[in-house]
Amino acid sequence: MNKIALILLAAILTNNMVLSKFLGICPFLGVSKKTNTALSMSIAVTLVMVISTAVTHPLYTYVLYPKYTYLETIVFILVIAAIVQLLEIVLKKFLPPIYKSLGIYLPLITTNCAVLGITMLNITDELNFVQSLFNALGAGLGFMLAMLLFSGVRERLETADIPEFLKGLPITLVSAAIVALSFLGFAGIGG
Amino acid sequence: MEILIPVIIIAVIGLIAGLGLSFASKYMAVPVDETEAQIREALPGANCGACGFSGCDGYAAALAKGEAAPNLCSAGGEATAKAIGEILKVEVVAEPKIALVACNNSCDKTSRAFAYEGLQSCTAAALLQGGPLDCKYGCIGLLDCANACPFGAIVVNNGHPTVCKDLCVGCGVCVNTCPKGVIKLVPKNYKTAVLCNNKEKGAPVVKACKSSCIACTMCERTCEKGAIKIVDNIAQVNYELCDGCGKCKEVCKRKVII
Repeated sequence: MNKIALILLAAILTNNMVLSKFLGICPFLGVSKKTNTALSMSIAVTLVMVISTAVTHPLYTYVLYPKYTYLETIVFILVIAAIVQLLEIVLKKFLPPIYKSLGIYLPLITTNCAVLGITMLNITDELNFVQSLFNALGAGLGFMLAMLLFSGVRERLETADIPEFLKGLPITLVSAAIVALSFLGFAGIGG
Repeated sequence: MEILIPVIIIAVIGLIAGLGLSFASKYMAVPVDETEAQIREALPGANCGACGFSGCDGYAAALAKGEAAPNLCSAGGEATAKAIGEILKVEVVAEPKIALVACNNSCDKTSRAFAYEGLQSCTAAALLQGGPLDCKYGCIGLLDCANACPFGAIVVNNGHPTVCKDLCVGCGVCVNTCPKGVIKLVPKNYKTAVLCNNKEKGAPVVKACKSSCIACTMCERTCEKGAIKIVDNIAQVNYELCDGCGKCKEVCKRKVII
C-alpha cells in the first residue's frame, strides 16, 4: 500500500511526465490555451495511459518476455494506436462535445510520446501489474496537473503586455521553462 | 525459422486490434445525415456565427432538420444561399449586406477627454468613463472590430477602421464586437449613409465633434421619398425607400451624410 502511494506521488510530482521528463510537449503547448480543453485532453491522455498499460504490461510479461523483448517498441505503438482509435470511436458515439473540442489532438495522442514513455518506463522500472497501473494513473494525473497549471499561465499571458519579439510561441516556451524549473523543487521526494 | 515467431506475434496482435476496431466502428457508428453533410460542404466554413447558430456545423444541422431559413449565411452570400436552395429544393432570395462604421471620427474632428494608456482594446477603454473621446458614442479606434473580423475586411485608415467592400461579407461579427455599437449592417449597394452615432442633441454634440449629426431634421424635410428620418437624435436611412438622389447630402450642414 505504502509503495503504491509512493509510486503515485512520484509519478505526479517528482517524475512529472511533462515538466521533469519533457515527454508529451506537443499537447502541452498545443491544447493548453483554454482550461476546458486542457482538462478534457488530459482526461483522454490519462485514460489512454491506464488502458494501454493494462494491455501492454501483460502482453510484455506473457508474450514478449524473455525472448522477444526487442519487439517492445513496435508492439506497444501498435497497441496504443489501436486503443486511441477505439477511444475516438467511443467518444464520437457517447460524448460528441468532448470529441469536437479535442479535434485533431485526439488522434495525435497516438504519437504522444508520454503514453509510449509510461508503458515502457513501467517495464524498465520492473513494476508489477498493479504498480504499473498506478504509475500510469499517476503519470496521467501529473500530465493533467501540468496542463492545468500551464493553461492558467497562458490565460494570464493572453492579457499581458508582452514585448513584440516575444509574442506567441516564444513567451509560451519561456514560461513553460520557468514552470518546469519550479518542478525541480520536488526532486528527491518519493523517489 | 527464428524470424517467424516475432512476425507471427506482430501479425496476430495487429489482426486482433484490426478486428476489434472494425467491429467497434460498425456497432458504434454515428449515422451522418447526408443532406447535412452536403449543406456543410456548401457553407463557407468561416464559423463566423452570422446565421445565429454555433458555427457552420450547427447551421447545417438546423437546415437539414428544416429549422432554419436557407438565406441566413451572409458570409457565403448569394452563391451559398442558392447552393443550399438546390440541396433543399427550395427557392431562396438573398440580399447581400455589408458592415458600415457609422462614425466620421478621426483625430482632428473630436477632442479627447483624457489620454488613455491602458489595455489597447475598445472594450477595456469603453469601461473607463465611456472611453477617452469627448464623444461617448463614437469610434474609439483601438480596432477590436478589425481583430474580430474573420475575413480581414476591416482595415485601418488614418487610425480609423474602414470596411473593405470587396472583402466584407456582412457576417456581423464586428457589429457584436463594437462596445459602442458604431458598426451597422447596411445593404451592400447602399447609396446613402449617415456617419454619426451620437444620440445627444444640439450643443453637446457640436462641442464633442466637428462632424456630427445634431438632429436638425434638414435631411428629413428635404427627402421627397420619406426615406430618411431622425430617430434617437440621429438621421436614419430607410434603404427600402431611398433611391440615392443625394439631396440629403447637399442640405446636411454637418457633412455626416455620404
